Amino acid sequence: MIASLDAEGRPTIAAPFGHALADLACERPAIVGLSADLAKYTDLDVFARAHPDRFYQMGMAEQALLAAAAGLAREGFQPFATTYAVFAARRAYDFVCLAIAEEKLDVKIVCALPGLTSGYGPSHQATDDLAIFRAVPGLTIVDPCDAVEIGQATRAIADHPGPVYMRLLRGQVPRVLGDDYRFELGKAKMLRQGADVLIVSTGFMTMRALDAADRLAADRIGAAVLHVPTVKPLDTAAIVEACSAGGRLVVTAENHGITGGFGEAVAAVLLRAGVTPVFRQIALPDAFLDAGALPTLHDRYGISLRAVVARIRAWLA
Amino acid sequence: MSGTPHAGSNVGLPLRAWRIRRHALRMGQVQGQGYIGQALGVADLLAVTWFHALRYRPTEPDWEERDRFLLSIGHYAIALYAALIEAGVLAEEEIATYGVDDSRLPMSGMASCTPGMEISGGSLGHGLGIAVGMGLGLKRKNSPSLVYNLMSDGELGEGSTWEAAMAAAHHRLDNLIALVDFNDQQADGPSTATLSAEPVDAKWAAFGWHVQRVDGNDLDALVDAFDEARAVTEPRPRVIVCDTRMCKGVPFLEARERTHFIRVEPDEWGQALDLLDAAMPS
Repeated sequence: MIASLDAEGRPTIAAPFGHALADLACERPAIVGLSADLAKYTDLDVFARAHPDRFYQMGMAEQALLAAAAGLAREGFQPFATTYAVFAARRAYDFVCLAIAEEKLDVKIVCALPGLTSGYGPSHQATDDLAIFRAVPGLTIVDPCDAVEIGQATRAIADHPGPVYMRLLRGQVPRVLGDDYRFELGKAKMLRQGADVLIVSTGFMTMRALDAADRLAADRIGAAVLHVPTVKPLDTAAIVEACSAGGRLVVTAENHGITGGFGEAVAAVLLRAGVTPVFRQIALPDAFLDAGALPTLHDRYGISLRAVVARIRAWLA
Repeated sequence: MSGTPHAGSNVGLPLRAWRIRRHALRMGQVQGQGYIGQALGVADLLAVTWFHALRYRPTEPDWEERDRFLLSIGHYAIALYAALIEAGVLAEEEIATYGVDDSRLPMSGMASCTPGMEISGGSLGHGLGIAVGMGLGLKRKNSPSLVYNLMSDGELGEGSTWEAAMAAAHHRLDNLIALVDFNDQQADGPSTATLSAEPVDAKWAAFGWHVQRVDGNDLDALVDAFDEARAVTEPRPRVIVCDTRMCKGVPFLEARERTHFIRVEPDEWGQALDLLDAAMPS
């Protein structure tokens, strides 16, 4: 399913989160893993096989999952709790908010199927998780781009003492970023320079942005890509600096509904700083989305490579 | 150092319960309000918990070897503050600060404010799930400490309570003791008429728990129940359902029409204290 996000022939890495966490746990005895009947579908099964005595199966009970994670954190452990993004954000929100974030507990909530990465319709499409979790004070939010970044971010969020929500790409995850890439929590990274348009992207939409920049280059359109994997707190200095430079069109790109997500967060940063470029958003519509094949849906809702390129061309015309 | 600091004390449980009621009434008098009906009703249960069962160090609330006491029902904070004062965790002088700005004693319990307050309850249905995680964590550490979670009958309506009940039994948490204050009163009326949890003991038993149901205002019965809950060896969690009477110990409040939030007129706090003082146990 995830491979269908990507261009054919791009290399992939299997279960980067599960392997990174299993490796990290070898050196950090405080790490424990919890799942709500989705270990196989969040790659936590890799950790569970490597450290069976440190894995807690909580069953199909997301409130118990996150409450128990809070309790384990209170006893000095570092729980990684996994489920699908829809269930953490919608069903168990009160526990993320009050049992974990309000108490500043060291719980990592790592969730598969962010945004439009499932063709199962609204029950499985977390098009609202960023909007929901951005409103939680003190909750760090990470949306990695690819397998390389997921591996690095897993270690980085473990180094960060406090609650973190990380969106997860699972299974065979595309590898896009180079060996020299270094994830830093809270930092944006300028991945590509370009004079005509600046794409400010998060999550796998950075993959789209880099591919789109290649296509646009063929038309002699220079596209810069600022990758912002930490959605909260935002790297406001890097965003303001990049958006102030050169009178470029600014396009935000996110795998999330247009209401309350990454693009609106960037817009607020820019307005507060008095920076007002021509500003456009690539995001999912404010609607419950259809079920279907992912490539079809990505095209329909404007986040496929073809759609991203076409929209940027139109905005520049 | 003994884990149960008052085990050898000459102060009996009736006097402890009486003092807990008195501290709570004095706090209510400070603000002119508070969940005093619940506090008076649960005072006997707290007396047995803090002066018979619980392991803790009054001057070291975070002592690693303590038993954990979770107040899932955050609005009962006035009752737990009274117990913490009686136990020596909080100073009696802090009664004057109950509910005032920047106090360590907010109207609803918050872990970040008060020594001895393990969690921030109040969003009902949280405590038992957190207790499950703490129970798992204590077992990971090979700790003999127990986790007590004080909850209410109204809270049995929350689905998360039963998720946690299943999890506790599945994970065989014999270090977890749930205490249910069954006063048959919640915000909109009697609990059994609002969303009845009866037969409550059969529900817990069906979920795989060791169940006892006692008169929650009978100190001897409570002592026996706590002793049994701690002595049984079967690998499952324990629950003590405590039938309590709201406003217990202040007859004119006991006789008042029952509501979730008992109204007490300004001059009645003093009257209630006078009545309580006249009934001081020997």
